[in-house]
Amino acid sequence: MGIECLVLGAGQEIGKSCVVVTINGKRIMFDCGMHLGHSDEERYPDFSLINGSLDCVVITHFHLDHIGALPYFTEVIGYSGPIYMTYPTKALAPLMLVDFLRISVGRGVEEKFTADDITACMKKVTPIDLKQNIQVGKDLQIRAYYAGHVLGAAMVYAKVGDASMVYTGDYNMTPDRHLGAAQIDPLELDLVITESTYATTVRDSKHASERKFLKAVHDCVVAGGKVLIPTFALGRAQELFILLEDYWERMNLKVPIYFSSGLTRQANIYYKTLMSWTNQKIKDTIALQNAFNFKHVVSFDRSQINAPGSCVLFASPGMLSGGLSLEVFKQWAPSKVNLVMLPGHCVAGTIGHKLASGKLTKLYADNNSQIEIRCKNVNLSFSAHTDSKGIMDLLKFLSPKHVMLVHGEKPRMSILKKKIESGMGIKCFDPPNGGVVKIPSAVHVKAQTTDSFAKSCQSPNFSLSRCSTSGAVLSTDLTSPLMVSEERVSEAILFMDRSKARGVHKEELELIGSGEGKSQVFLYGHCFPIRSDNLTKATGRLGLSGNRSWLKVLALELSHLFPQTDVHNMGDFLQVGSFQLSVCPNQSCTRRSSDVPGDHATTCTYLCCSWCMEDEKLALAIISSVRNSL
Amino acid sequence: MKLTCLSSGSGYQFPPCHILEDVCGFRILLDCPLDLSALSVFSPVPPDNDFVSDGKASYDSARDCFDKEQEIQKRQKIETPLHGKDLIHDELWYKTVKNLHLWDPSSIDVVLISSVMGMLGLPFLTRAEGFSAKIYATDAAARLARLMMEDLIAMNMEYQYFYGPRESGGPHWMRWEELELLRPELKKVVVGKDGTELGGWLPLYSSADVMDCMRKVQTLKYAETACYNGTLVLQPFSSGSEIGSCNWTIDGPKRNIAWLSCSIFASAHAMNFDYGALRGRDLVLYSDKQFLPLMDEVQSNDASSTIPSNDLSSLSRYCSADKDDWKELTESLLSTDEILEKEKMDFICSCILQSVQAGGSVVIPYNRLGILLQLLEMIPVLLESLAADVPIYVISSMAAELLAFTNVIPEWASKPRQEKMFSGEPMFSHVDLVNKRKLHVFSAIHSPELLTTWQEPCIIFAPHWSLRLGPVVHLLRRWSGDENSLLILEDGVDPDIALLPFKPLEMKVLQCSFLPERRLPKVDCMLKLLQPKILVLPDDLKEKLDFSNPSLDSFSVLYYTEGETLSLPSSPEGTLDLEIASVLAERFAWQNLGRQDVMYTRLEGELVMEQGKFRLLPGITSADSHPSKNKE
Repeated sequence: MGIECLVLGAGQEIGKSCVVVTINGKRIMFDCGMHLGHSDEERYPDFSLINGSLDCVVITHFHLDHIGALPYFTEVIGYSGPIYMTYPTKALAPLMLVDFLRISVGRGVEEKFTADDITACMKKVTPIDLKQNIQVGKDLQIRAYYAGHVLGAAMVYAKVGDASMVYTGDYNMTPDRHLGAAQIDPLELDLVITESTYATTVRDSKHASERKFLKAVHDCVVAGGKVLIPTFALGRAQELFILLEDYWERMNLKVPIYFSSGLTRQANIYYKTLMSWTNQKIKDTIALQNAFNFKHVVSFDRSQINAPGSCVLFASPGMLSGGLSLEVFKQWAPSKVNLVMLPGHCVAGTIGHKLASGKLTKLYADNNSQIEIRCKNVNLSFSAHTDSKGIMDLLKFLSPKHVMLVHGEKPRMSILKKKIESGMGIKCFDPPNGGVVKIPSAVHVKAQTTDSFAKSCQSPNFSLSRCSTSGAVLSTDLTSPLMVSEERVSEAILFMDRSKARGVHKEELELIGSGEGKSQVFLYGHCFPIRSDNLTKATGRLGLSGNRSWLKVLALELSHLFPQTDVHNMGDFLQVGSFQLSVCPNQSCTRRSSDVPGDHATTCTYLCCSWCMEDEKLALAIISSVRNSL
Repeated sequence: MKLTCLSSGSGYQFPPCHILEDVCGFRILLDCPLDLSALSVFSPVPPDNDFVSDGKASYDSARDCFDKEQEIQKRQKIETPLHGKDLIHDELWYKTVKNLHLWDPSSIDVVLISSVMGMLGLPFLTRAEGFSAKIYATDAAARLARLMMEDLIAMNMEYQYFYGPRESGGPHWMRWEELELLRPELKKVVVGKDGTELGGWLPLYSSADVMDCMRKVQTLKYAETACYNGTLVLQPFSSGSEIGSCNWTIDGPKRNIAWLSCSIFASAHAMNFDYGALRGRDLVLYSDKQFLPLMDEVQSNDASSTIPSNDLSSLSRYCSADKDDWKELTESLLSTDEILEKEKMDFICSCILQSVQAGGSVVIPYNRLGILLQLLEMIPVLLESLAADVPIYVISSMAAELLAFTNVIPEWASKPRQEKMFSGEPMFSHVDLVNKRKLHVFSAIHSPELLTTWQEPCIIFAPHWSLRLGPVVHLLRRWSGDENSLLILEDGVDPDIALLPFKPLEMKVLQCSFLPERRLPKVDCMLKLLQPKILVLPDDLKEKLDFSNPSLDSFSVLYYTEGETLSLPSSPEGTLDLEIASVLAERFAWQNLGRQDVMYTRLEGELVMEQGKFRLLPGITSADSHPSKNKE
């Protein structure tokens, strides 16, 4: 038993996140992504490495490198078990997948799944809310926590028996314009699997880059220029809309803000409904006006590309890798007053990357005529991933027994790994794709115990002693340090009887026949209250009174209830086998149970019992029948 | 453990209120509602139209002069039917749960809220001196409750303006001599059956009280776990009766309790009743009284709710089926509610249409959010089919916020609503209606926009269902003489008293229960599924539920009575579970006990209480960390 992780993707790389974790025999797949940088076999995780069936699939957020392979996995490979993702992920993922498919088809690339597969796949998804305890089967429990990376991003906690772990997915430890920071409860964990995109980077405050962004945009539109912001339709776009909308309101600007894709309009509708997944500031706006009901942000028509006057345009795809954003760029680039704003990292090889590195001065248009790039450009990093400080903060907060790094670049990951192992003393792994990591998990030994055990263990019971430096037992050396020992738990004794473990307080036991040769017998004890008025009534019926008469009544009662046993009335106590019962006069009896019967504790009489282990069943039966009948 | 039923409540508007004592040593208050139906003893308008012009002054002087005469008159009038003049003409006071004020607020450890209605009395409690309990409610219920409280305060303000500053020393109607003059029907409401409930009346809380109250509430999602003091693990599960309403499970080291409040198997708008999660509890407290009284009564009672008889027989068949038929059973539980509710709503809609076609207006003092949402969807469709141009107004200080809120809570909505959201449509169509200018939302009846768009006949949704507060009062005065107009009342108000101030009444009144009642076979089925060891029921169900059924006799049944304390037997097993960390277990020095198969060891470490479980963990103090060792 324990935890076994099989890395199917995002091992020492970024892309196609997919980890299969087996916790005490239950198998979960975390994320099921595709690698956008590959178009061959490497594009999808190698599902053939999984042996055995999965209990469930959990998707952390809607980015393609976390969900891209899901339709393929469910519809083509044929996984039919439960799939969990948060409400926003379930709502937005189909948009991403359909859009991806559309672009692929446009490029003439054949994908392994169809639009129908996406629909069929999404139907099988169970949406979950944050912090909800989801019971998968009998033993597996999962719970999602806020991850902040994009709308609906979640960190996932999974627990089977005593073993538990967290898979972070992508997360962000600093809040942005529309999302809050990642949030998780203190948990006792055997393993944390965390992303490590920025394993070594520490980022500046977001405020500075936001100010820079707004200033650049403001300067441009005031000067009559057009601003092009190439970005994907989901996520970053909404964050910048909120930022600009807010700025436009404050500065009383009237310049239109356009978005180009229909996808953005659809996404905005979802963002409006899924408000509760944004940050508190936006949630509070519900009373006045939904923050995603934009006043200045309107949809764009192709004919407006060369319309006079300044404007801001969000065009997809990001990084100027083609489509409308590149088309508009070609139109607007020659003018000095225009601005291209790249709000994020651009992958090498794209026009965006060249532009950002300042190497782009000329570009060939479709008709082979050259376009001079005269417009300004600004590249800002609005990353939604946590930086290395955030990763360390999260790990310090959770302090798990083991850490596994995924979703990062190999050299940086090994630096972070060393930092975690030396800095925090936590064992850390960074397996490659196809790698397997096995770790042991915490186990609790199950035992049973009694009330008085719990009571005595919870009340302080200190003993003070002086220990001598000389080693003499009776030292009067007052300079020796005073030692405090805590004895509450050590007064307890744990019994092991065949397979059953039982913890009791030492005073609940009596040691009988501790002499040599004789067998030692421990007695269990229990002292419980019954209502004395009932008992008196019963004795009254027989015309008796006093403690001894109570025992007579009980003896009668018991011989009725347990006809197959012999009940002996020994005067002061009753005996049935090794079971003894007497009226307990001792107010501070250690066996006394804490439950007070019914309403009037004052009219109670306590009955004290003891029995040997072999008569335990009988003893419990007698006690419960006495309690019920009186 | 002891259960005290403070109030057995009356329906959805006034849920029951209980106190559980000694739940692992803690005292838990279950719900803190407000008896808003008691507002009916007040009159929202002066008794005669003459008084309208000079208001309070003339009324007061009249009262002083004719005090004696009135007294005599009133006594003589005992035999005559109740009149609007008999009502109390004063600023509104609010009736809290009977005897709750007799409990020391500082002695309560936990407050659990099951629904919006169960929260309306909470600001009275949270502002009490010494109150320090932890309050748990679902996120949606807490947000809706805040809107309801704010709305109540806004509506109440109108009376404060009218009656001026509060009298010192309590209102005049609370004096004994005045109470003696009250008509018996009203007196019963004011002081209760046994005359002990006068102490529960209070002037409404303030906005600041509400703010303070909401700050003290810890909100949870469905199936989220909260752990009180490490000992009690609390979890809310959807009850299906309204957005955010829930049943609670309370799990401690010795006790597993499920508290079932008003629950509906299949709801049109809220998430379905999650009863599967309540299984496996020792004790089930079932505080829901919403049963259809007797089967034969149903059919004669309401023509619109006749039940297909084969449906019932199939239900009972499932009841006798094996435990394994969980799924089938579940489906049968879900199916019938929907049919009933649909028929009822259709009937209401047809009545609304009739009135509108006859040129009358319709007033719907909504109470349940679900009904408002459903009618807002059904009525426009019907109007469209008739090509009738009848505007629909929603008038309330919180209406805009309330409607906006309903469209941003897919996590609390029913499956079909969630599907709408996933396919990119708004969950509730009122957004479209507002955009198409078929539905108009106003914050107050005197808002200028309302006056400019006003058009009759119209259909108006407005608070308050007690007919003593809010825009409804003004609307009823306007249309009470119009025989074509229609008022739709919910169950829970006594129409005889509620309508008194508006008499003589020409307009039609339709009173109906919107809550689909749970029929008894269903309850049997459900209890069979839950399989508690002990079931605690309100005593009114004693005759109604038959536990002689062999499938149901596996648990013992206790009945509680309002105002009485019932002690609940402790669980039969005297043992507790203990988990020992493996690190410790490995260190144990086992000793044999002479007898071959028994071993024992001394324990060490630290005993902690976490998530309702005892755990023995490696402690900080142990002999190894002996300070003298350092000196060696």
